[in-house]
Amino acid sequence: MQLKKIKGRMAVATCALLQATSPMASAAGSEWDVDTSFLYYGEADGRVQAFEPAIHAGRALGDDDRIELRLVADALTGATPNGAYAIDGVAQTFTTPSGNSSYTIAPGEQPLDDTFHDTRIALGADYTQSLDRMSRIIWGANLSTEYDYLALGVSANYARDFNNRNTTLNIGLGFNNDSVDPEGGVPTEFAPMKVADTGKNVSGDSETKTITDLMIGVTQVVNRKTIVQLNLTLGSVSGYQNDPYKIVTVTADPATGLPVNGTDPSFFDSGVTGNLPYVYEKRPDSRQKNILFFKAMHHLEEDVVDFSYRYYSDDWGINSHTLGLKYRYQLADSYLQPQVRYYSQSAADFYRHNLVLGSDIDVSGNVLVDYASHDYRLAESETITLGLKYGMPMANDSEFSVRAGLITQSVNDGAVPAGQETPDLDAMMLQVNYSFVW
Amino acid sequence: MIRITTLVLLMMLAGCAGMGVEPWERDLLAKDSMQLTPDYFENFYDEHIYFSKEASSGGQGVGGGGCGCN
Repeated sequence: MQLKKIKGRMAVATCALLQATSPMASAAGSEWDVDTSFLYYGEADGRVQAFEPAIHAGRALGDDDRIELRLVADALTGATPNGAYAIDGVAQTFTTPSGNSSYTIAPGEQPLDDTFHDTRIALGADYTQSLDRMSRIIWGANLSTEYDYLALGVSANYARDFNNRNTTLNIGLGFNNDSVDPEGGVPTEFAPMKVADTGKNVSGDSETKTITDLMIGVTQVVNRKTIVQLNLTLGSVSGYQNDPYKIVTVTADPATGLPVNGTDPSFFDSGVTGNLPYVYEKRPDSRQKNILFFKAMHHLEEDVVDFSYRYYSDDWGINSHTLGLKYRYQLADSYLQPQVRYYSQSAADFYRHNLVLGSDIDVSGNVLVDYASHDYRLAESETITLGLKYGMPMANDSEFSVRAGLITQSVNDGAVPAGQETPDLDAMMLQVNYSFVW
Repeated sequence: MIRITTLVLLMMLAGCAGMGVEPWERDLLAKDSMQLTPDYFENFYDEHIYFSKEASSGGQGVGGGGCGCN
């Protein structure tokens, strides 16, 4: 009884304190919270490198509303796998996406297209509209534009607090409309890559897809030290989902995996027909995803543990598990945060090492399977990331931090001829961040 | 999976009534380090990198821009 009385008085006192500080809080709310950041991402062996400066700023509007703005630039260079595989003792010649020039890959080397370069600008805005004391809607809009790709998106997230603000229900709906305008035109699905300057097989100039996501989630304060989150997302993608720059090798003999060559069949006699022994990939035009995401933050009085797990499943046959663990180790005036991430996925049903003449493709070049791709990102794979972050809070609510990470991705190709395996991908990232109040 | 998750979400909502803290016990929860996304761009860059290298993405929320990442 006594305890209840004290509890009641404490509640009244807390409310009074909050009310007394509210003018200060709204004064502070007229300032911008700014995050500036720079990312360098680099893959080994001359593959992709990205330089990505970004700025994000948010401020309160009135008592309860808030606006957030984001600008990200992205410069990409380097080489990216074209979908064919390395072959011992055989050099392979490919045509660039423009259709106007060619490049040759040495025997035993992974075929990479080094004509790839891109600059991307992405803008985002979120507006938090307070509905009442316990609920709000966050309206979002995004635009991302690059040389051959345009993404436009809108979203709405409804959040409502319950249970003395210890429980929050989140319902989100997102809609994106993307269009791709590939270099050299949209390649005809399953049509052969042609010798340079003999006319690329194209089906048009551009394609589109729509992405719809519905998310239902709950965040829950467990106790003074622990908060957890559970989200279920249902996603649906409809429209063009091929990678227009990826090809699949055609072979007559799966035991050797050698590309069909010469005059048998005459369809792939490149000297006469201009057809190289590679066809452009084809993926389904629909994809349904289910994602379960769990996160827990736990404070150890000094240090903080950040744990997350994601289960992903889609109707392309891809299932994945993602585990993340970060441990924020508090030093005197700064902190160190080791990070580890483990990711594992199964292959898409239509992931193929090659198409076999006779069973998958006939002598006239008609492909007999519904879909095929040799994009390594659709293969069975594992990614391990090890990272370390150092953060240094400074005066006036500002903070400087730097983070480095090493990423290793390994693909399990299954049973393929020796030397044709997808090599591991090693990458490093370096992020520098400065946050301040303006 | 959807049914199980919906059930878990409902159970969480119902079971959550017994959990939580009083307003004056939010000292640790209020810290920046205890926010579900403590570092805006760390999360943003990670999502972007893995989106372009892996077949799975999403889960933390809806919205955000796409890209034709190679």
